[in-house]
Amino acid sequence: MSAVDQETAAIQVRGLRNAFGSQVVHEDLDLDVRRGEIIGVVGGSGTGKSVLMRAILGLREPQAGTIEVLGVDALSEAGRSSGVIEKNTGVLYQNGALFSSLTVAENVAVPLKEHYGELPEDMIQDLALLKIRMAGLGEDAGAKLPSQLSGGMRKRAALARALALDPELLFLDEPTAGLDPIAAAAFDTLIKTLQRALGLTVFLITHDLDTLYTICDRVAVLADRRVLVNAPLAEVEKFDHPWVQEYFHGPRGRAAQAAQAKEA
Amino acid sequence: MSERPSIENSESHPGILVAGGDWTLANAQALLALLAAAPESAKDIDGRDISRLDSAGAMMLSRYAVKVGLGLATVAVQPEFQPLTGTVQAICESPPRTRRRDYGVRQMLGRMGYAVEDYTRESLALVGFLGLTLKTGLGVALRPARFRLTPTVHHMEQVGLDAVPLVILLSFMVGAVIAFLGATVLRDFGAEIFVVELVGIAFLREFGVLLTAILLAGRTASAFTAQIGAMQSGEEIDAIRTLGLDPIELLVIPRLVALVVMLPLLTFLAMIAGIGGGMAVSVASLGITPEMFITRLQETLEVRHFWVGLAKAPLFAVVIALIGCLEGFQVQGTAQSVGERTTSSVVQSISLVILLDAFAALFFMEMDW
Repeated sequence: MSAVDQETAAIQVRGLRNAFGSQVVHEDLDLDVRRGEIIGVVGGSGTGKSVLMRAILGLREPQAGTIEVLGVDALSEAGRSSGVIEKNTGVLYQNGALFSSLTVAENVAVPLKEHYGELPEDMIQDLALLKIRMAGLGEDAGAKLPSQLSGGMRKRAALARALALDPELLFLDEPTAGLDPIAAAAFDTLIKTLQRALGLTVFLITHDLDTLYTICDRVAVLADRRVLVNAPLAEVEKFDHPWVQEYFHGPRGRAAQAAQAKEA
Repeated sequence: MSERPSIENSESHPGILVAGGDWTLANAQALLALLAAAPESAKDIDGRDISRLDSAGAMMLSRYAVKVGLGLATVAVQPEFQPLTGTVQAICESPPRTRRRDYGVRQMLGRMGYAVEDYTRESLALVGFLGLTLKTGLGVALRPARFRLTPTVHHMEQVGLDAVPLVILLSFMVGAVIAFLGATVLRDFGAEIFVVELVGIAFLREFGVLLTAILLAGRTASAFTAQIGAMQSGEEIDAIRTLGLDPIELLVIPRLVALVVMLPLLTFLAMIAGIGGGMAVSVASLGITPEMFITRLQETLEVRHFWVGLAKAPLFAVVIALIGCLEGFQVQGTAQSVGERTTSSVVQSISLVILLDAFAALFFMEMDW
């Protein structure tokens, strides 16, 4: 990737408005995600983090605004039918959303078969296996059904599926929720390693302060129906807003800061 | 913006291959063809001209490098791709891949083994559950205050009363069909009047109880499994246990009692409805009057047929209730598991009912009852 497109935005949201009936979730929301960065999206419950992600992915039609993903207008008919966004994004849903009737390897192979069905079967199998191992699972995990995996392994299997098409953009919806602290830390490291190795742009929704401190390049805070601030963590911490102050300077925030300072 | 991938002999340095272009998943087809046609050996591969590389491309590069006797580590690439090639190399060139897919005999044998083990386990579980229920039932019988009347009556309504229209309708239909069948065959002998015995004996001995049991196996066993299964996945059963209550006593005994009481009653209705169906056909198309039908029934039919049929009803009731409840307790967490267990409970109870009925028919025949 050259220095020029490093600067261009991977995701550009302008003037987004999302509302459910009379309840407005987003109003005039702007967000830029640069290529090759890990952006952490935080906000209290109900501030529309998942709604924002669904809008960017085209799963939800916003009431107003424009969304550009990898230079493609995500809201236009042409942008949607081109398949560019599907082929270049991977999504890790909160509960994995693995297809429960398929084995892990079959789950990973689904997008490959859908978009690159002309490839020979053994090539697809090898690629699926590569992704499974990249996600930190053993080869024997490929033959297992999602129900036979632990929570942490299921997240890794879902990550393997999200990476199947070698996407440029990776969306993670609370990847460490429901994991124990050790598994969560391991998952953070895995995301960082893969992001570096594959040159990914990562859109990360999280409540986990440790994740923010360990792997995020920038943090976007959602509050008051818009992106309050989108900057490196050090700047965000200083931002003058009651929610931000409480979030980063509450007991948990301080603990995460201390842990980070200790490691550094 | 996509560049075609390439790999060719260097002009200046023979033996060294120069790779270039986009080595990505989008070009995978082209890459496969390219690598198949590429030289079988090389001293070195130079990948610094590769403009885009993703893990699929890196994997193919690694495979080719291994094929010509090199490794991905010796292939020079742009610094920005080095973390990727490092990762892919570590995975692709690590210890031999033992397992390949196996569609053959071994898999079939394996599945057969699993199925046999599964059935064995289910059978043992059912016997164990029968014992547990009997023990708990005995405890309740000794201390009748522990018997829960309200839920039992509630289940009686659901299991019995609500099923009455369905049981009557279907038995009536089957009775009519049997009469038709009998009439077609018996007409050739001029013996249409024997339709009365045919329908009477068939419904009293077999069909009354069998039809009812099969209907309830589909209707009630599944309901029991789903009810208890939903409680199991919602950790309600665990809550019952930790509160010092006995789930068998609380959930199984009322259902079992309700079914044991209601199945014989429904069987009786099914017998009457089936004979009614036979009578309707006889009257409508065989020229047998209702009086003739009933008189003939009274003259020829012995009451033992009725008892033979009815005796099986409580047995079937126990089978259906036990399987329905047991499968419910075996639900594990997910919604899918509830579905699987419900299917399994219906299949098991219907098969077991038919199996037991066959054995009972043999037994009663040998006993001349």
